Amino acid sequence: MTENQGGGSPSRRALIGWGGAGLALGAAAAGGAVAAARAGDDVQPAGAEVGAAVEFHGGHQAGIATPVQDRLHFAAFDVKTDDRDEFVQMLKDWTAAARRMTAGKPVGEGAYGGLAEAPPDDTGEALGLKPSRLTLTIGFGPSFFERFGLSGKRPEALADLPPFPGDNLDRTRTGGDLCIQACADDPQVAVHAIRNLARIGFGKVAIRWSQLGFGKTSSTTPDAQTPRNLMGFKDGTRNIAGTETGRLEKFVWAGEEDGAGKTRWMTGGSYLVARRIRMNIETWDRTSLQEQEDVFGRDKKEGAPVGRAKEHDAPFLKAMKPDAHVRLAHPDANGGITILRRGYSFTDGTDGLGRLDAGLFFLAYMRDVREGFIPLQRKLSASDALNEYIQHVGSAVFAVPPGVRDQDDWWGSTLFSKEA
Amino acid sequence: MRAVRLTVTAATTVAALCALPACTAKSDAKDGDAIQVTAADAKCETSAKSVPAGQVTLKIENKGAKATEVEILFPDDRIVSEKENIGPGTKYTLTAEVKAGSYEIACRPGMKGRGVRQKLDVTGSGAVAKRDPRLDKAVADYREYAQEQADATVPLAKTFADAVKAGDLDAAKKAYAPSRVGWERTEPVAESFGDIDPKTDTRADGLEKGQKWTGWHRLEKALWQDKKIGAEDKTLADQLVTDLTDWQKRVGKAAITPTSMANGAKELLDEVATGKVTGEEDRYSHTDLSDFKGNVEGAEKAYELLKPVAAKNDPALATELDKQFAALDKMLDTYKSGTGATDFVSYDKVTKDQRKELSDAVNALAEPLSKLAAAVVK
Repeated sequence: MTENQGGGSPSRRALIGWGGAGLALGAAAAGGAVAAARAGDDVQPAGAEVGAAVEFHGGHQAGIATPVQDRLHFAAFDVKTDDRDEFVQMLKDWTAAARRMTAGKPVGEGAYGGLAEAPPDDTGEALGLKPSRLTLTIGFGPSFFERFGLSGKRPEALADLPPFPGDNLDRTRTGGDLCIQACADDPQVAVHAIRNLARIGFGKVAIRWSQLGFGKTSSTTPDAQTPRNLMGFKDGTRNIAGTETGRLEKFVWAGEEDGAGKTRWMTGGSYLVARRIRMNIETWDRTSLQEQEDVFGRDKKEGAPVGRAKEHDAPFLKAMKPDAHVRLAHPDANGGITILRRGYSFTDGTDGLGRLDAGLFFLAYMRDVREGFIPLQRKLSASDALNEYIQHVGSAVFAVPPGVRDQDDWWGSTLFSKEA
Repeated sequence: MRAVRLTVTAATTVAALCALPACTAKSDAKDGDAIQVTAADAKCETSAKSVPAGQVTLKIENKGAKATEVEILFPDDRIVSEKENIGPGTKYTLTAEVKAGSYEIACRPGMKGRGVRQKLDVTGSGAVAKRDPRLDKAVADYREYAQEQADATVPLAKTFADAVKAGDLDAAKKAYAPSRVGWERTEPVAESFGDIDPKTDTRADGLEKGQKWTGWHRLEKALWQDKKIGAEDKTLADQLVTDLTDWQKRVGKAAITPTSMANGAKELLDEVATGKVTGEEDRYSHTDLSDFKGNVEGAEKAYELLKPVAAKNDPALATELDKQFAALDKMLDTYKSGTGATDFVSYDKVTKDQRKELSDAVNALAEPLSKLAAAVVK
C-alpha cells in the first residue's frame, strides 16, 4: 500500500495497518492512516475486518482467493473503440482509479472541492464509508481477442462454452469483451466502484450487462461455515480455501508452462466462468423436505452429506441418489476436477408474473475452462436432479490476467506488452 | 422538456443586474447628462461615448423611415435595456441602471439584424471582473444563433398551425417535426425562461396538477393517435404560435455565460439520453430522431463557439469532443430516410440493439462534454 498520490484528498480508510486484519500492509499504509486520522476521519479501533482494505498489488489479482466478501457488483463491458492506444490508456486510468478505490479513497480529485461549474471526478456515494475489503478484478472475454490484433494471444484454456441442455440464455445477459468483478462487504462500495469505472470508460467501453449479488453462497475460508443459497442449502463445501496454496496452484492459477509459452502473459492469472442461474423459487418451496434433501444429497439443517453428521464430513457418494447434485458435482465423481467458487445469491425483484426473479450468480475460477467448468456442467446439465428447479439464463467466460505488480503496473500490461 | 434543472437563468429585470455597491448610488445622471441618440435607417449617432455608472438616460429620436429599436448591450450582446417599435419621427426616453464596463448602443432599423452600433463606456468604481474577449464573442455569437433559430422557427410553426387549422391531417403531420428543429437546437435557452417550455413542449406525463395540456405534444397526440383535428386543436395551434413568438422576442434577454453555454450543450445531450433514446419524447409521431439531431446540432454549435478557448486550455478534451461529435453525427446519418433536415427513420422501427448503440454513443459524447465548462473557465 504505497498509494500516496493526491495528497489532500480525503481517505475513506478509517484505520488500516494497525489492529491486524491479517493483511500485509506496509509502513506507508500506517502513515496514511495517521494522516486520515488527522484529517478528522472517524477513527475506530481496527480489527473490524469488514472495514479493512485489501492489498491491490500482487502476483495474482485480489478478488479470487481473497476471503469472499458479502456483496457483489459484476459488470460485463463491450469495447467501443478501435484505437489500441486509447484502450490501453483507459486500462491505466482504470487501474489508477481501482488502486485508489480499493484503498478507500475517492477517484481523481475527489467528490467535492473542485470547480463549481464541472462535475466532480468521484460520484461521492462512498464518502465516509470504509474500504469494506473492496476488491476489483478484471477479465477479458473471448470476443476481446478479436480486437487490437490480439487473436494470437487468446489462450486455448479460455474456451467458448458449448450449449448445454436446458440452457435458456438471454443474449442481453451473456458474453462481454471484458468484465469487472467488484466484491465488498458494503454494497454501496461495490456499486460505487463499478459506476465510476463505467464513467471513466464511456466512449471506450460500454456496459453490456451487470449483476448485483447479495449473499455469498460459498466460502474461501477453511474454518468458516458454508453459507446457504436461496434454496436454503449449503453447497460447495469442498471449495478451495484462499490459504490452500497447493490446490490453488494446481486448479486455479495459470502456470507459465500452460499454453506452451503462447499465453505466458496469463501466468499467475486464472479463468472465470460466470453463469446467471435462475431458481424456480415458488416450485422449490412447494417441494417436500425429503425431495429437497434428495436433490442436493445433504440434510437441510446441518448441510451434512447423506449419512454423515457435519457439513465438512467426507461424503459417501454412493449413499446418495444417482442424480443428486452433490454426487454428480463432487471432485471424486469427476476425476478430481476442482474449481474455486465465489458465487452470490441475487434477486432482481419479480418477473412480471409475480415470481421472484432470483437465483445464484455463479462465479468460478479455474486453471483451464476445458478441464474445469465444461466437463462438470456437461454432466450436471445432463443428469442433475436440481435441473427441475433451475435454469441457466446468462453466461460468460473471461481470462483473468495476473495481478498488478506495483505502482507503475496496470491491468493487462502483460497482454499488451510486446514480449508477452 | 425539463423544467427542473436550469443552467441558464433569465435576467428578468435590469435591477437584478445591479448588485454592486457602485450601482446602488442613484441619480447621478441629471437631465443634462442624458445621451442623445439619433437613429435613422442607416445610422445611429450618440452624443456621448462615456458616462458615469448608475442611471443612464437615452433620449432617442427616430429620424428614419422605418420603425426602429434601440438597445443597450453587454459585451456578449445580452440586452441591458431596450425599447422596441419606435416609429418614424417619434421620440422616446429610455433609462437603465448600468454598472461600470464596456457596452454598446444598438439602433436596429426595421427591428431586424445586428443594427448599427456605437460604443459606450460606463465609468466609475465597482470594477467589473476582467473578461476574456474570445468568450464574450462566443456568447454573442451563440445569442445570435439562438435568435436565428427562434426567428426561423416561428414561420415553420405557423405552417404547422395553418395545416392544423385547415384540418389537413397529412400536411400537419409533415410540418410537425420541422417546426421543432430550431427549438430543439437551443432548448436550454428556451427553458431558462421558465414559463414558455411548459406551454409548448410538455408531454402528457409532465403535466402539473391543474395544468392545461398545450403545445406540440398535445397536437402530436391529436394527429397521430386520435387521428382527428378538433375545434380545440385549432385554438391550441394558434396558442403555440403565440407562445413561440413570445420566446422569439425574449431570446435576446436570456442570461448566457460561457459556462452556461457549455453546460447547456451537455444538457442537450441529457435531453437525448433521458427522452429521445427511450422514444418518450415523440411517442405518437416517432419523430424522435429529428429532435435528437437538433439537440446534437445545438450542442455542437455551442462547443464550436467555445472551442478556441477550450482547445487551448484542454487540447485532449477538444480532440475527444471532435471525435465523439463526429462519431455520433455519423451514426445519426445512418438513420436518414431522405435528404431533408428532418427526414429520419421512424423511431418505432429502431431496434432495441440500435437504441443501445445510440445510447452508448450519447454517453461517449456527454461524459467529456460535461468537462467543457471546466475547460472554459480554467
